[in-house]
Amino acid sequence: METILNWVQTHIEMIYIVVLSIFLGIEVIGRVPSVLHTPLMSGANAIHGVVIIGAIIVMGKVEPGNYIALIIGFLAVVLGTLNVVGGFVVTDRMLEMFKKKK
Amino acid sequence: MELSLLTVCYLIGSLTFIIGLKMLSHPDSARKGNMVAAVGMAVAIFGTIFLYEEEGKKLGNYEWIFGGLVLGTVIGVLAAKKVKMTAMPEMVSLFNGMGGACAALISFIEFDHIKHALSDGLSLQLHAGTLITIFLGLIIGSVSFAGSVIAWGKLNGKIKDFAFPGQQIFNLVLLAATLVTAGYLVLNLNADNYWLFYGIAIASLVYGVLFVLPIGGADMPVVISLLNSFTGVAAACGGFLYDNQVMLTGGILVGAAGTLLTILMCKAMNRSLTNVLIGSFGGNATGTSSG
Repeated sequence: METILNWVQTHIEMIYIVVLSIFLGIEVIGRVPSVLHTPLMSGANAIHGVVIIGAIIVMGKVEPGNYIALIIGFLAVVLGTLNVVGGFVVTDRMLEMFKKKK
Repeated sequence: MELSLLTVCYLIGSLTFIIGLKMLSHPDSARKGNMVAAVGMAVAIFGTIFLYEEEGKKLGNYEWIFGGLVLGTVIGVLAAKKVKMTAMPEMVSLFNGMGGACAALISFIEFDHIKHALSDGLSLQLHAGTLITIFLGLIIGSVSFAGSVIAWGKLNGKIKDFAFPGQQIFNLVLLAATLVTAGYLVLNLNADNYWLFYGIAIASLVYGVLFVLPIGGADMPVVISLLNSFTGVAAACGGFLYDNQVMLTGGILVGAAGTLLTILMCKAMNRSLTNVLIGSFGGNATGTSSG
């Protein structure tokens, strides 16, 4: 219990960010028209690709001889990049189509 | 973290995500919003590669990092450009699954470090909170990965609906067992029981598969949106792990916005989320695992 309280204490700023981001996330897209649901989902999909930053950090810290970790990390970087790059490009293509229709 | 150029990069990243999401929810500015978020993402990624340091040490293994980035970019751009307009939702689902897998793999490597320390007999001063975020990243990431791949397969017709009697109950039991095991490990991790970590990974994958399998093809966009917000939360776990603000804001923003978007999508189809998740086949509505 004490360790958890300690953890909360050391991460209190992060916890504030979480709480505020939840409200912000809900507010920011609150009035989206239903035609934009799919592109917005796709855009949000690209944004959670930030997870790649974790993959880069983890990869950069692996000792050069630890091949299992290097390979897993490499895989994580590739998958994360796919998420980011693919996500943004697909969203752009969707919105492009959207504009032509209008 | 003291104020550094990297902190500013992360601030820019977080801001562009917020502005990008805002612009994405208006028809006129949507395309620009996507660009804004993409630029912010690039700033955050390259900032991390070149500026990140811990205890004065910069990141290493640049050739692996750049190799991964280049490979991912080439495949990502090709896949995204080649996909037919009608097949886009399934592509989104696949990319979402990649993000989930990425989060789960990060947990794997972090756990690998802990495992080595345990088997060397070192006494680790582990924060329970660190373990919780590692396990949450693993579970949510794996569920999201497995679920997204199934959703992708369903949308392109490769995978058929499948349900067995009592599946809802089985799913709930499986999820509960996974969470209880994770909780047990958080409190009692030692050199004899660390293998349970891999059991949790497998159970999460199975849960992800079983969670999506019975849901009808027409409801897939809603499910993808839900899994999308899951991956957001998994990314945020990484933010906690590395005290990384941009992962945290990005992840939680998507988690929150994605959950709301899921509900809005249900409303647009005149369905409720519960209905989508458990109403696809008649049966025991014991619980709404809307997570």
